Amino acid sequence: MSVIEVSGLTFTYAGAKSPAIMDVNLEVSEGEFILIVGPSGGGKSTLCRCLNGLIPHFYEGEYTGSVTVCGLKVADTPTHILSQHIGMVFQNPQNQLFSLSVEADIAFPLENLGLPRQEIRQRVDEVLELLNLQHLKDRSPFELSGGQQQKVAIASVLAMKPKIILLDEPTSFLDPLSALHLFETIDYVRKRLGLTVLMVEHRVDLAAARTTRIVLVSGGRVVYDGGLRNFFSEYEPHAYGVSVPRVVQLSMKVGKLVKNWNTLCLSPEEFEMEVRRRVRRV
Amino acid sequence: MSVEFRNVHYTYMSNVEALRGVDLVFERGEVVALMGENGSGKTTLLKHMNGLLKPKVGKVLVEGVETTSASIAELSQKVGLVFQNAEDMFFESTVYNEVAFALKNFGYEEEKVRKRVEWALRFFELEQYKDQSPFLLSGGEKKRLAMAIIFAWSPSIICLDEPTIGQDSIQKEKMMHMIKMLNMQGRTVVLASHDVEFIADLKPRVVVLSRGKVLADGKSQEILTDGGLLKKASLLPPQLVSILERLGDLGVQRKVLDVDVAAGIIADVLRHELI
Repeated sequence: MSVIEVSGLTFTYAGAKSPAIMDVNLEVSEGEFILIVGPSGGGKSTLCRCLNGLIPHFYEGEYTGSVTVCGLKVADTPTHILSQHIGMVFQNPQNQLFSLSVEADIAFPLENLGLPRQEIRQRVDEVLELLNLQHLKDRSPFELSGGQQQKVAIASVLAMKPKIILLDEPTSFLDPLSALHLFETIDYVRKRLGLTVLMVEHRVDLAAARTTRIVLVSGGRVVYDGGLRNFFSEYEPHAYGVSVPRVVQLSMKVGKLVKNWNTLCLSPEEFEMEVRRRVRRV
Repeated sequence: MSVEFRNVHYTYMSNVEALRGVDLVFERGEVVALMGENGSGKTTLLKHMNGLLKPKVGKVLVEGVETTSASIAELSQKVGLVFQNAEDMFFESTVYNEVAFALKNFGYEEEKVRKRVEWALRFFELEQYKDQSPFLLSGGEKKRLAMAIIFAWSPSIICLDEPTIGQDSIQKEKMMHMIKMLNMQGRTVVLASHDVEFIADLKPRVVVLSRGKVLADGKSQEILTDGGLLKKASLLPPQLVSILERLGDLGVQRKVLDVDVAAGIIADVLRHELI
């Protein structure tokens, strides 16, 4: 079942000379984990804003085509309704957190929805437990590490019980180990709650093994949409500003040196398994 | 010598001890990468170099001058700091004016200001936005504008706080060339970065910080292939290092940061096993 349908979408920001995205078509099925990549200024963030309704509701410009999220036409649906279906996590968690405690931050959007107190209590407790944040619930979000802050931002989005979460470079401010942990957390909640995840991310090396599909946005258009292995072997990712993970580079180089090696590995774990499989076979 | 830290301690108002006795010397013309997990003290160290922060205990000397006896304006002409969050540097209405601001303040002639701004915008591929508000740029473009601002006045010491964040691989490659070019001109470049793959390619001197102290200081080849040390600093090793470590029991050599060399090693193992 498709949860997002984008058709013939073109958007030009007010005052800009050319469209930021042009004739974009995209269909996303329930449960997918999609990585959105591409050069900076290529249209990735604009596409995200079109999915969660910031465009056209908060950004002025010329909008043609249509975007449907969970059956709702984005252009005709207020953002407070959309946010119950599609949650957005930004690059800098500090832009998303403002309350005096983690618990209050998570409860804030629920209070805004006018939910009963008991329901709010229950949802806050659920996401605190899901993301293992109970021990931080009384702390100020601003005392936390970047990784913890980003987890709180995700928790406050999940408390709205959306079907889709959209993350715009969520690990930019994190060190690599915290970034890896955050990807694990996102993948865990995706599987546990049956969520659909779309993530803009430059750290392809850490994200590759967990995603099911990659969408390349460049020059305002969707240039590639499909599997990761095919993307790395058939395209020239670097020409579009996408880093090729070292493990993928290594797989390709080994393929040139060793007969019958045609496996493209996406993670160190996969590479290790492939080498051991061959060694054992001998 | 370019910059010297002598037993530098710094505690923020919140009582967080960000630096706890740092002794370091950066020589003129060196490229140094500061690595360490979030909160290890990298940014605090960089902010001491242009005098934004002054040590509570100890001394910081920039080209022989103690930072406590110089103003930020004086130090800024020698040391350019590109912030992690580029937006913190913006306040003008257009991209052009943003780059021109410091040059005008330093008293450059109008014609020179124009030439330098145009050079910097061209170099960072921002010419087409010159009349636009800096706040309308994409994340990656904002980062490039922050660099253009600093590079326009060409300081002899350049500090970059997480320069590769939000940058695509093409911009990262350009950044690599730029750092090497600055280095060839004899400038000192100090960067704080989490990007292990970028550092593995750049091959600078690496200083590892952990909880406000220097944990290790040496060549990138040695530091980035030292699994134990990286773990202690809560850093993730480069992907190649992690692959070779996993296959350690097959007798592969582990201290490798180059893909071609690693591929050769793996191919040897597989060929050997095939015989």
